[in-house]
Amino acid sequence: MNVSPQHSPEPAAAADLPASAAGTRLDPWLSHYAERTYGMKASEIRALFAVANRPEVVSLAGGMPFLAGLPLETISEVTAKLLSERGAVALQYGSGQGEESFREQILEVMREEHIRAHADDVIVTTGSQQALDLVTRIFVDPGDVIVAEAPSYVGALGVFRSYQADVVHVPMDANGLVPEALEHTLSELAAEGRTVKLLYTVPNFHNPGGVTLSAERRPQIVEIAQRYGVLILEDNPYGLLGFDSDPLPALHTYDPDGVIYLGSFSKTFAPGYRVGWAVAPHAVRERLVLAAESAILCPSMMSQMSISTYLATCDWRGQVKEFREVYRERRDAMVGALAEYLPMASWTNPAGGFYTWVRLPEGLDAQDMLPRAVTELVAYVPGTAFYADDQGKQFMRLSYCYPTAERIREGVRRLAGVVTSELELVQMFGTSGTTGSRGVHAPAPDQN
Amino acid sequence: MTDHTSQPLEVLVLAGGLSHEREVSIRSGRRVAESLRAAGAAATLRDLDAGLLDYLDSARPDVVWPLLHGSTGEDGSVRDLLSLADVAFVGSGSAGARSTWFKPVAKSLMERAGARTPASVTLPQSLFRQVGATAVLERVLDRLPLPLVVKPAAGGSALGVTVVTDPALLPQAMVHCFSYGETALIERAVHGTEVAVSVVDTGDGPQALPAVEIVTDGPYDYDARYNAGRTEYFAPARLAPAQLDAAHRMAVLAHEQLGLAQLSRTDLIVDADGTPWYLESNVAPGMTETSLFPQAVQAADLSMDALYHDLALAGARR
Repeated sequence: MNVSPQHSPEPAAAADLPASAAGTRLDPWLSHYAERTYGMKASEIRALFAVANRPEVVSLAGGMPFLAGLPLETISEVTAKLLSERGAVALQYGSGQGEESFREQILEVMREEHIRAHADDVIVTTGSQQALDLVTRIFVDPGDVIVAEAPSYVGALGVFRSYQADVVHVPMDANGLVPEALEHTLSELAAEGRTVKLLYTVPNFHNPGGVTLSAERRPQIVEIAQRYGVLILEDNPYGLLGFDSDPLPALHTYDPDGVIYLGSFSKTFAPGYRVGWAVAPHAVRERLVLAAESAILCPSMMSQMSISTYLATCDWRGQVKEFREVYRERRDAMVGALAEYLPMASWTNPAGGFYTWVRLPEGLDAQDMLPRAVTELVAYVPGTAFYADDQGKQFMRLSYCYPTAERIREGVRRLAGVVTSELELVQMFGTSGTTGSRGVHAPAPDQN
Repeated sequence: MTDHTSQPLEVLVLAGGLSHEREVSIRSGRRVAESLRAAGAAATLRDLDAGLLDYLDSARPDVVWPLLHGSTGEDGSVRDLLSLADVAFVGSGSAGARSTWFKPVAKSLMERAGARTPASVTLPQSLFRQVGATAVLERVLDRLPLPLVVKPAAGGSALGVTVVTDPALLPQAMVHCFSYGETALIERAVHGTEVAVSVVDTGDGPQALPAVEIVTDGPYDYDARYNAGRTEYFAPARLAPAQLDAAHRMAVLAHEQLGLAQLSRTDLIVDADGTPWYLESNVAPGMTETSLFPQAVQAADLSMDALYHDLALAGARR
């Protein structure tokens, strides 16, 4: 099929035409969609991830946690017991804010990271992704600014886009968000009269950046936000998955009234339950609960009670420690393979979490290179997925959470061949540009 | 084989595979399997994987419908494999698939049969490596006037395709194209009405279904094909009767000249003078919600379920 640049809207010889049939766009509701749905469509890049689930492909793309280590038999037994003994409650509607006893347990989990809060200020959500949505819903009007790290979590960018926020990125370095850059950006935005509603940040083991905000910078970031009157949205799904040291103080600990904190069981237990939470100042929490009730009435009782039972009856701390060891081994495999096979690139060395952020040699475009990678049976997420603007072409996110160490090494070896071929091609044609493509460029949650 | 008078036809729909078009293939496969079931067949949807041959040996379906898009699905190899497994299948044999899959070969065969096709050159990446990219592209631009369409010589769904209107952007288009395949087809872009003509043959000879006209607000790329809304389709195409007839004849000619069987889709442009220009044909046309073949079936006022069942039945009896 051609993709001709101009298609004549009218046929060649109008006078001879038969009675013209009406055209169809195959979607009778096309004119009804809200403006906020712009960008909500599949791209050819996203379609390539369909191949990544095949066993032949080493996928370094998705973010599916390693669940094989979970005590599935025990979980099965406690779930059966839960249903037989309290099934009528577990399968019933519950509180819009989440069960109080479960919120108390969430406080216990947060204490592992030295975060103190009150159960009244916790709201249970359908994954922390829903908390992101609710916070954006109650704070952001179209055109409002959200300041976010460069790069930033693709799932958050999707939410921000759907509320028509204007995302302004602030650079990070090896120690996370750069305070001077944040100050500069907020100052410029203030001078322009722009309304900054949120500072969205993933301080620990950043997705996709693989870096952690240093202890020294944490109070500085909070102080800058306070000075400019900007509410911080602290997203911390990986905080308990540090490899080498105790968790650093959450931004929330410096200013509980100026920070909305998001947590999740998806990485420390299992994403299938879809349970996360937000801790917010009381007035904000009230609005979040009302917004949550209008969205879903209440979080799943079955999920809450299952996790509650797991926390109460299983050695969940031991399980998290086991996860840490698995991910540490895989991180080691990843950075070791990168050093061996891809010395022409540079990457972050994560101290926890799931991801490393790789800078490709000059001139390469990770999005353009992806089809070649898929042909060579390796997948990654191009850097452009993690920006609200056109940045990130030279970067890719590699995840080490799901494949084994051996598969990670093989994947990076394949990737090195792809990079070498692409580099030769780009040098041959003397180009570093991209033809680009519109739409969503990240894999779906079930595409690993 | 099943006794069709009493037992439902057993059809294995093969979809997925490892190609860049895996997602589209799976969507096509699901649609066809649903239609076959609605028509009374026992349809099973399956991926192309290491268990396929064992499955064929044990299940012995009456017929396989290969709906794999991209490389192995359309280059003839899966069809050869099915022949080796001694299983009947729907659609073209391996020879026809091979001629069609490599677009430059299909263009040459059609040109030899008297069809017009846009001027083009076919250049593998290895040639650029040996001769030097700048020198080759300069010659291309000397011989082929802009705008040009750069596309992989084999492949579908507009993956790797770029319309080049500025000579400075030709190198980028080449890099994009070579990300999807080793060989590039650089073709002069023809302005006109873009149409797709599907051809079916359930035993009475190849018949063209009504041409579907494609109108987009930009290139008919992946987004325009699979996200409903950007493209407007007219079926039958808004062409004068003589032009429609010429388009239909070209599709049937392609079906015959390329040695295709049962179903195919040919894409062409009808220029301002009413001349159809052959672009390419497909042995496994897309069958998704937004695909052209199902739209043509609908425009012909045929039952999709019944037609797919007839095609499967005819495939089983070949």
